[in-house]
Amino acid sequence: MSAPRLLYCHCQYAQVLPREVKEAVLQKLCEAGVEFEAVADLCELSARRDPLLKDLASGGALKIAACYPRAVKWLFNAAGTPLDPASTEVCNLRVETADIAAAALLRPELQPNLPSGKPTP
Amino acid sequence: MALTQPTLRVALYEGEGARPLTGAERFDSVKQLLAQGISVRRAAQPGDISVWVGDFQTPQPDGAETRLSRAADTLPAGIDQTRTQQSAAPTGQWKPWFPVIDYDRCTNCMQCLSFCLFGVYGVDSERKLQVQNQDNCKTNCPACSRVCPEAAIMFPKYKAGPINGDIVSDADLQREKMKVDISALLGGDVYALLRERSVKAQSRFSKERDSDKALAERQRCLTKLASLAADIPPEVLASLPSPEEISRRAEEAAERARQALEN
Repeated sequence: MSAPRLLYCHCQYAQVLPREVKEAVLQKLCEAGVEFEAVADLCELSARRDPLLKDLASGGALKIAACYPRAVKWLFNAAGTPLDPASTEVCNLRVETADIAAAALLRPELQPNLPSGKPTP
Repeated sequence: MALTQPTLRVALYEGEGARPLTGAERFDSVKQLLAQGISVRRAAQPGDISVWVGDFQTPQPDGAETRLSRAADTLPAGIDQTRTQQSAAPTGQWKPWFPVIDYDRCTNCMQCLSFCLFGVYGVDSERKLQVQNQDNCKTNCPACSRVCPEAAIMFPKYKAGPINGDIVSDADLQREKMKVDISALLGGDVYALLRERSVKAQSRFSKERDSDKALAERQRCLTKLASLAADIPPEVLASLPSPEEISRRAEEAAERARQALEN
């Protein structure tokens, strides 16, 4: 089984991801020498229905460094390229530390965590 | 602004004909490109990407249509030129702020479509709610998410949950219900109310002779206004059209919502 593909969102046009976290995660990806896709702003790609999202959503196991999993799930859906919940893991750079997020991205195992369905009241 | 233009993507190239980069060099280049709004693939093979950035040792590696030196002082100009040549989307001119629907929660009630005066929402061929005109949305305004009874509208760049995509709690749902109730009590047209209140307040204050009473009344009104429009940026409120135009747009939106709900 091939290693999950990696997607990193820089959230370039807002200040919602702590700068020190996103830069530290990007730095660790660069130093690790792994292959990855880095996008300036996932929201913009969603609004533009960028073909990269389709490529990523249909390309097997995927780890995404961005924001809340619920937001990421529906950003892909809004672009007409829904993610496969069984093969997608989202690292939330809004709440996780850089060390935890980078470790999650770089470990070979995938831990799917997209939300599914309406929570039971 | 057209959201149909493709964005420019580049590959950070370290293959044959180019010098391998250190981690720090990779980081510097990727960070610089992202700051210009450019997506970057860091991989052994650039795949279908024809714009390569690197420290090249041969004149033109096979497969590259455009080769750009990663030198920090020349890269930005090279990117701008390439973007123009490829008719790629300009970046940085639009903050990607727009509603994102959580269809696990959305009940297709059309309250958001009725509420939005800016034509952001529409319906598809099966009358299912859609966000159709993202770039019509008013930057930093999450007002439509406040009228959603199911907390199904997210703005991923918003500061707080659940609007930012965080998990929706029972307490969040209770708050959302309360806001809808307030909207209904006010006739469902918060925008019109805000304008009306502003006009009345100006008139009242101009006639008010007791400065203490005037100050108290102003504070009371501002408190109420703030509770209704807590998240609506002042520039959005200030840019609202005339009451007649608001009324016309609100009727249009309501009609579109009504048609969408008809079977």
